[in-house]
Amino acid sequence: MRVVEKRQLLSAVEISRTLQRLAHEIVEKSSGTKDLALIGVRRRGVTLAERLAKLIRDFSQVDVPVGTLDIALYRDDLSTISSHPLLQGTEINFPVDDRDLVIVDDVLFTGRTIRAAINGLFDLGRPRRIRLCVLIDRGHRELPIEASFIGRTVQTTDTEVIEVRLQEMDSEERVMLVDRVD
Amino acid sequence: MLQRLSHLLGTESLSHEQILFLLDQAKPFQEFQRYPLKKLATLRGKTVAIAFFESSTRTRISFTTAAARLGADTMALQAESSSLKKGESLIDTVRTLEAMRPDGIVIRHPSSGAPAFVAERLEIPVLNAGDGTHEHPTQALLDALTIRDRKGKLEEWNITILGDILHSRVARSNIHLLSKFDTRITLGGPAMWVPRELEKMAPNLRVTHRIEDALEGADVVMVLRVQTERIHEPSLAADEYIAGYQLTPARLRLARPDALVLHPGPIVRGLEIDSAVADGPQSGVLEQVTNGLAVRMALLYHLIGGAPTDAPHPAKDRSNAAD
Repeated sequence: MRVVEKRQLLSAVEISRTLQRLAHEIVEKSSGTKDLALIGVRRRGVTLAERLAKLIRDFSQVDVPVGTLDIALYRDDLSTISSHPLLQGTEINFPVDDRDLVIVDDVLFTGRTIRAAINGLFDLGRPRRIRLCVLIDRGHRELPIEASFIGRTVQTTDTEVIEVRLQEMDSEERVMLVDRVD
Repeated sequence: MLQRLSHLLGTESLSHEQILFLLDQAKPFQEFQRYPLKKLATLRGKTVAIAFFESSTRTRISFTTAAARLGADTMALQAESSSLKKGESLIDTVRTLEAMRPDGIVIRHPSSGAPAFVAERLEIPVLNAGDGTHEHPTQALLDALTIRDRKGKLEEWNITILGDILHSRVARSNIHLLSKFDTRITLGGPAMWVPRELEKMAPNLRVTHRIEDALEGADVVMVLRVQTERIHEPSLAADEYIAGYQLTPARLRLARPDALVLHPGPIVRGLEIDSAVADGPQSGVLEQVTNGLAVRMALLYHLIGGAPTDAPHPAKDRSNAAD
């Protein structure tokens, strides 16, 4: 099984501009940053959440806390996969009660990851509100989940895959649309 | 490539990498014990048979709680060991279990090798919760996790195990595990409970019958209880044991100043250990209990679950599903 790149969706510069815009949107659409916190999902969501927090700090001098959520324990497919995914750990060093949380992830697809993330957050307490920020919304929702902050909406087919490459973990910075070819 | 575990029968057969993997995977479950809501749906719909053929409260409760917190159901099987005949009854038990179709079995048995016997006959994961004098792998894993957390690493320590080593599956599992890391192990106790032959178990392992010698320079001191139920020969009188081998504050001072004191439990205060030591700042006894839950949850999570066949994940081709 190979992947074939179809087209680039975001260059490094475009990712940066998109995150700037998202950071501003989050602050504008939150009633004050006092209770605001960002929760990054799995690996790339965490990197994006940290970048957003840094951008917010740069233009507003406010330190929005960032937490990391590992959703492995909350997945809905655990009884169908042959071995359980590695746990990377949840690290949320602030209480979740009454917080205005924004879940941050790279790609929104079926919505199952976000459903698992919401379950994970409810195990920690009772947030006042949970919204979602994603770099790419690729459609094909299987659950009634929506993002409040979207970098870019892209139409995709079932076999296509969105690859997000971030400097911190992939040594390059871009978002591509690829096809899986057997 | 880490070899995937199908059972946990002992620490002797685990590789260095597998042990580190299990300790790392226990970390999120340590965090989990602090959550307000300690209930996951991760193993929902799975049944774990908790088959204890030997009395135990702590280990049984620990495994049962671990399974329940993961959302699994448990089947509690307890049998009086006095009514068991070796071999034959175990086969019958295996057949009964098979008929009830659990997804995994946690077994404690007075016969060494019983979990391996069961593992050969059932196609479900088997976790050894203690078999005869052979192994108690989850105890060794939680001890290792406690050492790593309290001392910062698992390597380069002088580790002393005190007490009735000969009859101790806890000691054996710990020796097998710790000797895979760069440690120096000292076994200390009365000669009849700590025979010289034990030195053959691992390199960098020595036996001594003087407690002062055993404790000097120790970074970790594991105190075993005196297992009266296992002893068939005339044993030491309690006050002789206390005089010769009890871990008192004075004796603990022979060890390194920041030495960690561990005990698998249950503690018999005033026998193998003085209360002041058991409750003192160097004691890791309570963390051992919490770490036991975390280790057992990590094991149940990784061993139990997954499709009965090796069918590929139905959504395998969608890489934008969770990593």
